[in-house]
Amino acid sequence: MIEWVNTVLQGILTGGLYALFAAGLAIIFGVMRLVNITHGDLIVLSAFVAMVAIDVMGFNPFISLVAVLPIMFVFGYILQRSILNFTLGDDLLPPLLVTFGLSIVIQNLLLQIFSADSQRIKAGSLEILSIQLYENLSVGVFPLIVFIVAVFIIIGLQYLFSNTRIGRAFRATSDDAVTAQLMGINDRHIFSLSMALALLIVGIAGLFVGISTNFDPSAGPSRLLFAFEAVIMGGLGSLWGTLAGGIILGVSQNIGAKLDPGWQILAGHIAFLVILVFRPNGLFPRMRDD
Amino acid sequence: MINSSRYWVQRSTATSRLGAVLGIMLLAVLISVPYWGGRAEMRLLVEVFYILALAQLWNLLAGYGGLVSVGQQAFLGFGGYMLFVFSIHVGVGAVWTIPLAGILGALISLPVAFLVFRLRGHYFAIGTWVVAEVFMLIFAQIIALGGGSGASLPVSVVRSIASSRSVREATIYWVALAVVVAVIVVIYLLLRSRHGLALTAIRDSEEASRSLGVDNFRAKLMVYIFAAFGTAAIGALIFLTKLRISPAAAFDINWTTTVIFIVVIGGIGTIEGPIIGTIIYFLLREPLADYGSWYLILLGSTAVLIMLKAPQGIWGLISERFELRFFPVQRQLRWTVNDD
Repeated sequence: MIEWVNTVLQGILTGGLYALFAAGLAIIFGVMRLVNITHGDLIVLSAFVAMVAIDVMGFNPFISLVAVLPIMFVFGYILQRSILNFTLGDDLLPPLLVTFGLSIVIQNLLLQIFSADSQRIKAGSLEILSIQLYENLSVGVFPLIVFIVAVFIIIGLQYLFSNTRIGRAFRATSDDAVTAQLMGINDRHIFSLSMALALLIVGIAGLFVGISTNFDPSAGPSRLLFAFEAVIMGGLGSLWGTLAGGIILGVSQNIGAKLDPGWQILAGHIAFLVILVFRPNGLFPRMRDD
Repeated sequence: MINSSRYWVQRSTATSRLGAVLGIMLLAVLISVPYWGGRAEMRLLVEVFYILALAQLWNLLAGYGGLVSVGQQAFLGFGGYMLFVFSIHVGVGAVWTIPLAGILGALISLPVAFLVFRLRGHYFAIGTWVVAEVFMLIFAQIIALGGGSGASLPVSVVRSIASSRSVREATIYWVALAVVVAVIVVIYLLLRSRHGLALTAIRDSEEASRSLGVDNFRAKLMVYIFAAFGTAAIGALIFLTKLRISPAAAFDINWTTTVIFIVVIGGIGTIEGPIIGTIIYFLLREPLADYGSWYLILLGSTAVLIMLKAPQGIWGLISERFELRFFPVQRQLRWTVNDD
């Protein structure tokens, strides 16, 4: 029994990481109806940026964010302003195919620079520290930190979107970019800022991925799929939904892994497909995607 | 005033009539290759044929049906595995597993469509990718098919095609040629039919086509099932040439990546586009093969650039400039002005 409690608990904590993957994707979709296929590769890219910052500057893993976050923010702004803004419009093909092409370009550039070797960011004793909750039941400190950070980021985003000037501009542009322009909002700038904001979260997610798992240049697509599944399961447009979706994904993967190690990823995909059949709009839908 | 006898709908063009003659001549040359060509050329041509056939099918899906799937490798891998299942475990002749794989691929595409058609637009794309991953993970669990490490086609199955190597290679070559010709002819006829008109309408505007009475869902489903049929059959063909299968190779996203780049660069939404794209892909691949990932970076950036600057692709630019159409699927109204 306690083993299953443990499985579910670890799954919930993993869900925090998946919610971080998903939050970035959800912001981009929420503001400009763009599904960014590069998302997973950007997470891996930021893990590599963190790794280099730690190696070269000798930073502590968490301090490396001082370098990683501004880089990702600026990169996101430039990416949107110089490329992705030109794909937005009624036609679905350009944004999909451009982000798909960029995804392949980023993967292969990382492969050229860092080789296909599997990497890991070392976080010293933090990797093994754990808190004993009960006999045979303990949680790792690091997964707990990830989960708490995810919750705070979602609270912060919720506040940003509902209570600040820039949040209002995001929502206005999302509702009707043309009218927002008439009100003096530069929609291209707002789109670029939302991508920059999404990449801030990607930067944090990238560091956490680097510490908690091995990663290599080809690891992006599966991160994209996890993020996507969490967004759809949670319900489009709902930030708290991404946390719920992430947790469902994490728990089902952990239960699958416990039954048979080969079923870990499969169990997560199947949970997603089951929810797609019974609740096609996700568990907490706030937005229709058409 | 236009007299009713003075206008007509024109379907073929001078280029298309010339193209038909050239096409038949090219086909005759291609059919004769096994009698005079070398083995390396034949192998390369087989690859060209199946990649072109995959590109045509993806173009039908995305360019006409508006169904941007990045998960066609689900059906490709499925078809490949059907070759192994039916030739090894059931004893069906290896070549006959190709149409069989197609039929089973079409059948399995029904439940898949039931799932992924719930997702709209962009999310449809990623949903198809999830399904492909699910296929891969499930086939990796089947021990009888070699599990995660895969299986090889036994020599007896290979021999059953033909006992001599040259006859075997010629057979596979002709089968591959037949597959690509069939795919292009069927797509061309489909697009010229009233279903094609419906698809073109959907491509241009979903709302407008619905308002004119087109059943968008049915048209898209039909295209999806047909693409699954073709892709699964081609999957069986591909792994008949490779003789070895594994989940990672069968359900590799790179099958779809290659095809997407080919279609985007060549010109999406035309039959000529994938042909141009395939020619460019193979012409560039030969000299750039040694550069590995740089080649993919080049292809990826070219596709991005084309999507941004010239979304109609290379064929789109050519046909606009010179009014060339080898596969005319459009109807043009022509008339002579009556002076009376």
